[in-house]
Amino acid sequence: MEILMYIGYGFVLLGSIFLFLGALGIYRMPDVYNRLQAGTKATTLGAMSLIMGVGFIEPDWMFKAFIIVIFIAIANPLSSHALGRGAYRASLTPFMKKKMDAYESEFHQEKKED
Amino acid sequence: MEIIIYIAFSLILLGLILGLVRFVKGPTAADRVVALDTMSIIATSAFALMALFFDRYIYIDVALIYAVLGFIGVIVIARYLEGAL
Repeated sequence: MEILMYIGYGFVLLGSIFLFLGALGIYRMPDVYNRLQAGTKATTLGAMSLIMGVGFIEPDWMFKAFIIVIFIAIANPLSSHALGRGAYRASLTPFMKKKMDAYESEFHQEKKED
Repeated sequence: MEIIIYIAFSLILLGLILGLVRFVKGPTAADRVVALDTMSIIATSAFALMALFFDRYIYIDVALIYAVLGFIGVIVIARYLEGAL
């Protein structure tokens, strides 16, 4: 049981470092799409490993911690996808010139149908 | 082992402050929503860590409900940015 506790504290430390790095990305990145990338990927990993670490330290709480981890793994990519789509449709441009845009033709087609 | 929890809390607090700065400064509405999404995930983890620190099982439930509510709020604002509402 002792070894499980040390693994859990390692996960908690790793998760908090990743959460901090995600927030740093939110602060430093130049435009919406880069901020979305930094702020959802890094914090998904950070939150999942921190909550799993809490579950490892207290094995009685493992079930609910696992439910939260599953929910974050489903919901977080979903919300970042919706945000990216919303930012594109609000016609926000990336800060560098874009070389290719695969969504553009589909977007115009959808607009015509509306 | 207490010291690791203190280090994790300070890193999380620094992250929340950075997110709050972006939330206040962000030039467009989308930037603010991204910062809000990140802050709600960080707050969920902070609740789980608080459950460990104060040794209260009930805070895990609070973290679960907070994750669900933050997700719904972000989805609603993203639909609004799209122009679908």
